[in-house]
Amino acid sequence: MIVYRYIAEALFYAFMILTFMGGYMAVRSRMLMHAVLGLAVSLLGVAGLYFHLGSPFLATMQILIYVGAVCIMIVLGVMLGNTPDQLAAKNFKGRNLVLALGACTAAFMTLFVTLSQTRFAPAAERVGDMSIRFIGENLLFQYCLAFELISVILLTAIIGAIILARDGREETAK
Amino acid sequence: MIISDNLNTYLIIAAILLVIGLYGMLQHRSLIGMLISSEFILNGAGLNFMAFNRFVAPNPAVGQIYTLFIMGIAAAEAAIVVSIIIAVYRKYRNEDPAEVQDLKL
Repeated sequence: MIVYRYIAEALFYAFMILTFMGGYMAVRSRMLMHAVLGLAVSLLGVAGLYFHLGSPFLATMQILIYVGAVCIMIVLGVMLGNTPDQLAAKNFKGRNLVLALGACTAAFMTLFVTLSQTRFAPAAERVGDMSIRFIGENLLFQYCLAFELISVILLTAIIGAIILARDGREETAK
Repeated sequence: MIISDNLNTYLIIAAILLVIGLYGMLQHRSLIGMLISSEFILNGAGLNFMAFNRFVAPNPAVGQIYTLFIMGIAAAEAAIVVSIIIAVYRKYRNEDPAEVQDLKL
């Protein structure tokens, strides 16, 4: 049915706009809480793009890990750090703004020109499919070491976070 | 015109995400704002992996696995950075990155 394709295309545009609007909100908002909200909205948009790329599993993981865990952690950081909102709103020199805009434009133009000049040829043959079963087989056999290393990294990060955040508390308690 | 089935569309979206992150990194005046911007950069990388995975990769599981790894690394990074920010806030009583100059807490 051609109608469904149009609906999918319209949804693609919606996710794209969601991503950009969230990014704009995260970068330009004056309050840090609004910036985190913009980040969450943008990540939801990226999850929709993953869906369009044929991987519902990654879209689910994006919502679960990024929107569910990382954003909540940043919200906790905003509340625990008690960041004054004026800090984000503090006026900075216009020169810095111009320099940041210039650097970003230069970076984007470089990437854009590179992209438009390159031709990406698809692989001659594809083995396997996009299914979760195939991902699981790859994770268990070919990428087993990397998978285990990720869990070690997460464990180290948890222990490190506890140690870092605990150190100062004893001083304040004294 | 169907643009959702085109590699360059996704690559340009990923480039825009990278640029948003770069701009936020340069422009934000707080450590948490910079952390938020770094998440955008990581997401741009993940979207790139997924786009190449969908359109050119010979094995369609590799890109998804790499994107999963990026998510795991981003979660670990966010946990560490948030705890560092809390420690810095306890020490300096503010979060202005320009004033945090000593490594020793």
